[in-house]
Amino acid sequence: MQQNKIEFLEEKAKQVRADIICSLASANSGHTGGSLSATDILVALYFEVMNVRPDQPKWPDRDRLVLSKGHAAPALYAVLAHKGYFSRDHLWTLRQVGSILQGHPDMKRTPGVDMSTGSLGQGISAANGMALAGKIDKKDYRVYALLGDGELEEGEVWEAAMTAAHYKLDNLTAFVDHNHLQIDGFVTDVKSPEPVDEKFKAFGWNVLYINGHDMNEILEAVEQAKATKGKPTVIIAETVKGKGVSFMECQAGWHGIAPNAQQKEQALKELGAEINV
Amino acid sequence: MSEKIATREAYGLALAEFGAQYENIIVLDADLSKSTKTEEFKKKFPDRFINMGISESDMMATAAGIATTGKIVFASTFAIFAAGRAFEQVRNSIAYPKLNVKIGATHAGITVGEDGGSHQAVEDIALMRAVPNMVVISPADAVESRAAVKAAIEYDGPVYLRFGRLAVPVIYDKDNYVFELGKGVETAPGNDIAIIATGMMVGNALEARQKLSREGINARVIDIHTIKPIDKDIIVKAAEETGAILTVEEHVVNGGLGGAVAEVLSEYRPTIMKRMGLYDQFGQSGKPDDLLKLYKLTPDDIADEAKALLQHKP
Ligand SMILES: Cc1ncc(C[n+]2csc(CCOP(=O)(O)OP(=O)(O)O)c2C)c(N)n1
Ligand SMILES: [Mg+2]
Repeated sequence: MQQNKIEFLEEKAKQVRADIICSLASANSGHTGGSLSATDILVALYFEVMNVRPDQPKWPDRDRLVLSKGHAAPALYAVLAHKGYFSRDHLWTLRQVGSILQGHPDMKRTPGVDMSTGSLGQGISAANGMALAGKIDKKDYRVYALLGDGELEEGEVWEAAMTAAHYKLDNLTAFVDHNHLQIDGFVTDVKSPEPVDEKFKAFGWNVLYINGHDMNEILEAVEQAKATKGKPTVIIAETVKGKGVSFMECQAGWHGIAPNAQQKEQALKELGAEINV
Repeated sequence: MSEKIATREAYGLALAEFGAQYENIIVLDADLSKSTKTEEFKKKFPDRFINMGISESDMMATAAGIATTGKIVFASTFAIFAAGRAFEQVRNSIAYPKLNVKIGATHAGITVGEDGGSHQAVEDIALMRAVPNMVVISPADAVESRAAVKAAIEYDGPVYLRFGRLAVPVIYDKDNYVFELGKGVETAPGNDIAIIATGMMVGNALEARQKLSREGINARVIDIHTIKPIDKDIIVKAAEETGAILTVEEHVVNGGLGGAVAEVLSEYRPTIMKRMGLYDQFGQSGKPDDLLKLYKLTPDDIADEAKALLQHKP
């Protein structure tokens, strides 16, 4: 992998993390931990992998992303803004009345959002639907889905896992943001979906395991997924909830709260980002 | 009124018929295509039919995903699973983003029969009517069902279509029937009382009307095929012209057709009325005809209620 490409993605991820912090702080509510753990995957997808046209968000042949863990919307919004779907100024309207940026992704309001999500477990089914339509229409767009590891406790995920394998949806790649935490604590304490890899394998998926904060590994895994024919691929991405901000990392308590002004300053300093709002 | 066809049958045949003209129709089913009759479509267009297995929640959200690509998606299963099991998928993945998914819900109401209460959806209209962006259609016979499918295809957005299992009389003339989404049909004239019905109860109301007319009572019969958006004008007009309203549905009286009509009347034209249907009850096993008797939804029951209501007419 070219070094400058990786450096570009890492720099983007840094800026996106800073914008996530600032947008959450201005909203004064929202999901911080799971947005930060998913950032690198989303940056890699939108800035390197996906074939999209920000000036034509509904372009029929585009690659699609379904943020099945819809509460990580702040990460998606920051990425879409940086990609040019809408002005960054919108980020500071997050969760406010009339904003194009709803608390959870809303495809009717936000350019670039491919599916409305927020209710866990449904996004992966919707991604399957897009992949099925692609097969029926013989189009070669690809569909990406991003799930939480706690989300795997939803029964619908496994209905969808069966659907994707049965219909050989090799145009679908699912990421699991394996940050080990959900609201009530460790995923393995609440209700363990482990072993996640063996479960997906048993359901007929191609399974890859990576460090979800390593751009090289993310990009290589996506290439392997593209090369895998006849079955869907799941990329289990080992991540850190709250990644990038020391006092947020690995803290279940940072799942659903936003930083205050002082925490925001501290976070931005740690991220080494120049951005300020 | 001799020919009898189940509305689910008409649904399957309509899908197969319109599937030729509308090449962007995709049909999903959850292991019930022989019962929902989507197999009619599957036989003709196997490449556009997807069996989702026994996974109703997954089916609804998958249908939503397919619809994002510009297709018209029909997703079918029994009403109890479509509106019940998958309620929240319908709400969040289909209705909230206003995606072009048509829910073909068959086996609604008590005339499912022997399968019993677990399989008889008697609250689906209320559930679906409460969801923003959702259009709710409950056709009376085969002719109206076919027309409703066509209207659903031509309408851009989510539609809940309610069909029955039981073969019911064909009451409309195929060549002259006109379906207008959101408009009720004055199926038979009369000025003493208006019987407002939906689904197969329209047929029973017409029979009740004949019985009443032998006793010198002229009952108007109104078919509300689109329960949402409801035709306020036809209801208010009936209240003004008859002064007594009787609603009949194969559904609990709370939140269904009776509830919807009561809402219109209490806001625009308070009128004495009676709601016939199930009264905070589930269905049970039995032959459809026996169940209709048990739950007092036969033409005789409707005629009796009409006469009782007329006693209270000012
Ligand atoms: C169906 C549903 N149930 C509950 C919730 C509330 N909820 C939001 S986030 C969350 C925990 C998610 O944990 P995980 O999937 O691991 O996400 P992450 O750690 O990546 O934030 C829950 C229970 C929801 N959004 N949807
Ligand atoms: Mg998690």
